[in-house]
Amino acid sequence: MNPIAGRSRAFRIAGYLAMLLVLATIALPLYWVLVTSFKTPDMVYIQPPAWWPDPVTADPYSRVVEQVPFLRYFTNSLIITGALVTAKLVLGILSAYAFVYLRFPGRGLVFMLVLAALMVPNQITVISNYALISQLGWINTFQGIIFPLAGVAFGTFLMRNHFLTLPFEIIEAARMDGCGHMKLLLRVLLPMSWPTVVAFALITIVNEWNEYLWPFLVASDETVAPLQVGLARLISTDAYIDWPMVMAATILTITPILIVFLLLQRHMIKGLTSGAVKG
Amino acid sequence: MQTPTSPVAENPAADTRPERRARPRRARLGGPLGEKLLFLALVLPNLALLGVFVYRPLIDNIRLSFFDWNISSPTSTFIGWSNYIEWWNRADSWAVVQNTVIFTVAAVVGSMVLGLALALLLDQHLVGRGIVRSAVFAPFVIAGAAIGVAFQFIFDPRFGMISALLTMVGLPVPNFYQDPDWALFMVTVTYIWKNLGYSFVIYLAALQAKPAELYEAAEMDGAGRWATFRSVTLPLLRPTTFFLSITVMLNSLQVFDIIYVMTRGGPQGNGTTTMVFQVYQETFQNFRAGYGATVATIMFLVLLVITAVQVRVMDRRTT
Repeated sequence: MNPIAGRSRAFRIAGYLAMLLVLATIALPLYWVLVTSFKTPDMVYIQPPAWWPDPVTADPYSRVVEQVPFLRYFTNSLIITGALVTAKLVLGILSAYAFVYLRFPGRGLVFMLVLAALMVPNQITVISNYALISQLGWINTFQGIIFPLAGVAFGTFLMRNHFLTLPFEIIEAARMDGCGHMKLLLRVLLPMSWPTVVAFALITIVNEWNEYLWPFLVASDETVAPLQVGLARLISTDAYIDWPMVMAATILTITPILIVFLLLQRHMIKGLTSGAVKG
Repeated sequence: MQTPTSPVAENPAADTRPERRARPRRARLGGPLGEKLLFLALVLPNLALLGVFVYRPLIDNIRLSFFDWNISSPTSTFIGWSNYIEWWNRADSWAVVQNTVIFTVAAVVGSMVLGLALALLLDQHLVGRGIVRSAVFAPFVIAGAAIGVAFQFIFDPRFGMISALLTMVGLPVPNFYQDPDWALFMVTVTYIWKNLGYSFVIYLAALQAKPAELYEAAEMDGAGRWATFRSVTLPLLRPTTFFLSITVMLNSLQVFDIIYVMTRGGPQGNGTTTMVFQVYQETFQNFRAGYGATVATIMFLVLLVITAVQVRVMDRRTT
């Protein structure tokens, strides 16, 4: 008994050490960003670099608001993310309903067509889409950013898989009570589906909030540029970079999504894994 | 997926129920034609968006690769295979392919191996594992652009955190900004730091879904930890590994934000330029959209071949 217990104890200690190492690897970079955002510009350029700001100053945060149209970028991100999440939820749920509850010749084939869109990488679509958006005169507009991103493949897949797990007797009973399609969806199916809908919404919020390449190409100034594009612009010059201000802007950019994540991570992880952990 | 076939198909008698006949209007709307029309009404908007903004550009991109075209000009010239021949003969093409292969292989292998190791670790009954699980997953929800901005400063060869840590243990600090190899290392590490959490949660979910009986049997047979891992856990995880190898590869091949923000594809010309970044540079900086489309097409074809091979290899192993 003793050698086994000893081995298993050594295993546990190694486990806790590994956990500490992992925690440090994730937390240290974030700590570094946070600490830098409270430094004076001079503090950044000392060697060896300081792990604690002295003096502590919140000036970098006021410089973000004064020198960068930060609120404008933030509002743009809210508009773009809000529109895309709404569009994708509606389109995804309606498509999934049709794929599960309505008969149509070649339905499986149509579903594969939606799903295969996941396999098309963005670099092969951006050139032609950019040309199309230019022709429409939609460069530097919200619709130019939103429309090309609004089709939904993953969410359709997620909702369809979920609908397939619901007991069909309930749907049949509702239909026999004279329940029409819209009523069936809104009153019967959705109330049974909130966890999946929340997972779908969260994954979409995170993806669209963090989207970079397409808004970067379409937005030419701060009237429509989202937060990520605005943030990256802060270090786009070869000239002097105000690192505390840039790090303050980074903190302001990542905090909202981290709060959303910490509150609702369970739902998001459930959505990500539900399509993956199947035989 | 317990029910692979549609539940509707299991009820062929639905239309002949007396309740239906009692309501002729509803029966008509719910009849075959009405159902088809409704199907189209619900699916078409989504299908149209995917058609216009995913499948149309996919085809159009292949067409564009045979043209000489400045993206801001309305006219383009058909030049046949010239772009492909130019790509094949240009030295920078191969440097970019090499960067793409190194970055992708390192990103896929790195995030999957580390993700699996962390999943195995945090599947154990350790106090505080919940916090560490959240921490590992958290970077995945942060924008690549924001992480790129943050890590550019973290890797600053003189004033960054990595420099502070290396100096502390007495190691020399590489010039992450100027040395192409170290720059590629920098963007790869940054990418893995951000995306590790994805492989981790997928592996963890697979581990939690594994049947306990198999492990009890292995224990009764006196199998050690390593033997159990090799002969029980790894085979059980094979479908998950297959799924991840494809999704992680697809995602890492599309990385633009981290590379654009941190290095602009440099240093020394194309030190960290991957094929996606080259598509952007040729199309939107050198205004050679036809050549950009050529690079994109080549990459897409390679991707198709790799995915097909992966599917075949996995098929053979699992059956």
